[in-house]
Amino acid sequence: MRYDLTLRIVYDYGGPAPTARHVMRIMPRQIAEEQIVEDVRLRVDPEPGEIAHRADFWGNPVTEMGFHAPVTRLEMQVRAQLERLTRPELLDLSPPLPRLGAEIAARRALSPEQPHHFLSPSPRVAPDMLITEFARQCLDPGMTVLAAVRAVGRALHGHMTFDAKATDVNTPPGAAFAARHGVCQDFTHVMIAGLRSVGIPAGYVSGFLRTDPPPGRKRLAGADAMHAWLRAWCGAEIGWIEYDPTNDVMVGSDHIVVAVGRDYSDVAPIKGTVRTAGRQASRHSVDLVPLGA
Amino acid sequence: MDQNAQAGHALASLIGDYRVPEGVADEMFGPDGHVRPVWRPFLERFAHLSAEDVSRRFARGEQYLRDAGVFFRQSTGDGPAERDWPLSHVPMLLEEAEWLKIADGVAQRAEVLESVLADLYGAGWLVREGVLPPELVAGNPAWLRPMVGLRPPSGHYLHFVAFELGRAPDGSWFVLGDRTEAPSGAGFALENRVATMRAFSDPFEHGTIHRLAGFFRAFRSALQRSAETLDGRMAILTPGLGTETYFEHAYIARYLGLMLLEGEDLTVVGGRVMVRTVAGLKPISVLWRRLDSAFADPLELDDRSALGTPGLVRALREGNVCMANALGAGLVQSRAFLAFLPRMAEYLTGERLKLPNLATWWCGQEREREYVAANLGRMMVGDALSQDLPFEADGAQLIAGRFQDGRDADPAAWVRAQKGALVGQEAVSLSTTPVYEDGALQARPVMLRVFAARTASGWKVMPGGYARIGGSADATALALRRGGRVADVWVVSDRDVAPETMHDAGAPFQRAADSLLPSRAADNLMWLGRYVERAETMVRLLRAYHLRLAETGREDDPRVARLAAHLRALGVPREAAEPGAVTAALEAAIRSASKVRDRFSVDGWVALQTLKDEVADHMRHVQPGDEAARALGQFLRGTAGFAGLVHDNMYRFVGWRFLSIGRALERAQNMVSTLSDFAAEDAPDGAFDIAIEVGDSVMTHRRRYQIDSSRTSVIDLLALDHRNPRSVRFQVARIHALAAELPGAEVSGTLSDVMRAAMRIDTRLATAEPTDMDAAALRSLARDLTDLGERITAAYLV
Repeated sequence: MRYDLTLRIVYDYGGPAPTARHVMRIMPRQIAEEQIVEDVRLRVDPEPGEIAHRADFWGNPVTEMGFHAPVTRLEMQVRAQLERLTRPELLDLSPPLPRLGAEIAARRALSPEQPHHFLSPSPRVAPDMLITEFARQCLDPGMTVLAAVRAVGRALHGHMTFDAKATDVNTPPGAAFAARHGVCQDFTHVMIAGLRSVGIPAGYVSGFLRTDPPPGRKRLAGADAMHAWLRAWCGAEIGWIEYDPTNDVMVGSDHIVVAVGRDYSDVAPIKGTVRTAGRQASRHSVDLVPLGA
Repeated sequence: MDQNAQAGHALASLIGDYRVPEGVADEMFGPDGHVRPVWRPFLERFAHLSAEDVSRRFARGEQYLRDAGVFFRQSTGDGPAERDWPLSHVPMLLEEAEWLKIADGVAQRAEVLESVLADLYGAGWLVREGVLPPELVAGNPAWLRPMVGLRPPSGHYLHFVAFELGRAPDGSWFVLGDRTEAPSGAGFALENRVATMRAFSDPFEHGTIHRLAGFFRAFRSALQRSAETLDGRMAILTPGLGTETYFEHAYIARYLGLMLLEGEDLTVVGGRVMVRTVAGLKPISVLWRRLDSAFADPLELDDRSALGTPGLVRALREGNVCMANALGAGLVQSRAFLAFLPRMAEYLTGERLKLPNLATWWCGQEREREYVAANLGRMMVGDALSQDLPFEADGAQLIAGRFQDGRDADPAAWVRAQKGALVGQEAVSLSTTPVYEDGALQARPVMLRVFAARTASGWKVMPGGYARIGGSADATALALRRGGRVADVWVVSDRDVAPETMHDAGAPFQRAADSLLPSRAADNLMWLGRYVERAETMVRLLRAYHLRLAETGREDDPRVARLAAHLRALGVPREAAEPGAVTAALEAAIRSASKVRDRFSVDGWVALQTLKDEVADHMRHVQPGDEAARALGQFLRGTAGFAGLVHDNMYRFVGWRFLSIGRALERAQNMVSTLSDFAAEDAPDGAFDIAIEVGDSVMTHRRRYQIDSSRTSVIDLLALDHRNPRSVRFQVARIHALAAELPGAEVSGTLSDVMRAAMRIDTRLATAEPTDMDAAALRSLARDLTDLGERITAAYLV
């Protein structure tokens, strides 16, 4: 499926902000045999004093910019054309859960796709007793890893309700889980905590959702803004799979990947400091439209 | 008794009760049961000191530490608490030959750790070849992914490291922990040395004790070389006043002549680290980092950090700044690494470690886990990735099979369930060293921290160290947790050693480059000046109040009432005998001064502390009225002392100008406020005299005017007289003169904003007649002074 993507982010600083510096992860990621970015353009207004593009440890495209003059309002726009290739139907060739540990241990490397990065607590996902208990109860003896991921996901989707107002960007997964409400970030963090607690390496994916569903399917939650889902390592044979716990679907051609990491802190769309006492306001909008539609 | 017998008797009473616990080594007694030769001359001289002499000597050391402001800071449940620096005045003595062996082992270990870091932030062979399990890296919060693949511009990860050493029962030394992140203690070692030398000055022979200065000089030269290569200045990066070792950062900065900076002093422009100074942004090329790596850059590391500098990692990526030590260097001090270091050393360098470490088993491996579970009785079990030593607070959860939090659970089952999250470490015994207690020497367990610095000619090890001594005779390392003390370490040669100082005797005379004044330091100096002046004004007003109260005995007397109202407006409560507001102003002054300890002399510091203590002392029990007035008069003589110190002794560097501007501005503003109330047209009888008294100008007024005070004479003397140091005009002229010497005061004929503002006020006062200065004119003057202060802040201090 080919898409036309428009992302628009606006910051209002409520007054001239003296020093601003930002690290951004908002450009779609190039992924061999999965996602082909044909053309991508970033426009920033006002023009930054310095700007640089690079990849981070995980291979995500990163843009870093600094302003040397005070900024009152900042607008960024990403426009891209890209193609998301359809993944073939996934056969469950993952090992039974008890065998996963040995498969992980057999991998002796530190490269970013290795499962070792995704088992330990990470900055935004600490172990949580209630989530651990919840995840354990989803498992049946003899389950494969992939089946376990789906079981935890389905149970979680039933347990939590999507609510754009219940949490904020800093809500810990344990709190969102206890309140049974949250947005895609909360669903994703809670499920990552759950999978890690039963020994399944799990990480965070940020990206975009197709804005309008294909005819006959219902619109997915989270399509108006940047979205988040997770990836889980299901053994050496099938490797990483992606799953969207907010919508209880395996990720297919409706999802566009921007960045992957251990949790939100690795992929936050915009990090940055502004030396200002004023109130900041931000808004952002996403349009992901199939080409020729 | 002959002399020999007498000496023997004195020595016997000094060490006669010295008991080395069963089965441990001792520093003073050798394995043969005799006093080690290196201790003999020291002990013989010590034995000849009378009890009074010893306490007098120790008191000299204590006095030095108090004056220098060395405190032991500890975070307790109620926040940080300070207590006296726990120096055990008896040093620990090491024979040169023994130290050389330690130094050799330490240098090798430092190089091994460097290679491990280079591999784990580079090619990663240790993991690929199965020498180190990947989860100890990938699951380790100390492994900083933004640093992966990023070669440090100096080519090295480690520049300054420390090692915790203990002596095993068989007499050999071993490592309890490697400190690579941001090791502290070297500055404290220096302070311990100075204080200990005060105690054991003459008749002790010091010619054979290795000095510490050469070590610091070599390290500074090495940093200097890096700084010059990268074309910028060097500085120490500190987390600031909130950290327990801040004093040490300030001390080292002053000792080595380095700038002491916090994250907010720095900004990154075009990939270069710049310091905000009163003269604008200046490049920094070397940072001796005392701030934890994770906090260094909120953009790429811990995004919750408020201590860091956004963009710092980018500057590293651009190769523009040398960080000592590299960000992420703390990875190799993770406890579990001790279990693998011997093999990593052999894999990377082909050598065996000369200095072994504490036996450590990582419970992520089945065989090791079972061994730990089966031998819990002689294990300390704790977090595998912890950066702390097992016997420090929050160290081990399980010691000798008992849970430290008192929980009742099966320890072996717990170890088997937690697996790779845990390490087991052998519960070790340390050697003992003497402390002086109740007139004799007693044996206490000791742990030695040694320091190594990278120089052009390789690792140089400090010939000395920082000894930590346990609070009880219990020889396990655990004793160090409870009421421990610290001591100096003397490396003693059998011949005279070359004296060393911080100055390179061979180098040609050279004046150091002008030091830069960071804006934050300037701001603190200005506020220091302001607060001291504020306290003084309050005291003058309080004294006037108490004099009037003593005279009239009535609080409703119009003058007493006006003074009380004026004081209230300044934040001094009605119960004006309370020194609370004055103490608060002085505490604020001390807080400002603490943030610029590196730029503040010991004398200035002592003067400030004394001032505050005196207010508290004098005022606590005095009765309102005459007595209080007398006590306040005493205090005023104290502030005069501080002012004199600042005026007569402080070098006229840029910082001094900000301190002086702060004082002058505060004094001018306070005088305007005093005049507004006490030289007002509707002021009660006697108010003019109050103004003159608060303006410390009673004599001058009498001489100059030969008449009773009038509004005109008061305004003339206290607002407009350019020869009266208490007048507004005098202080404004002073600010004007000081501002003229600040950076950018005049650029190609154009005056700075600050200069123009100062000049306007100065000119207006110079041309004003006393009758011009009515209430409206005073209000406008007050506004202009506030505006001048804001302009100074905007131009230099943010």
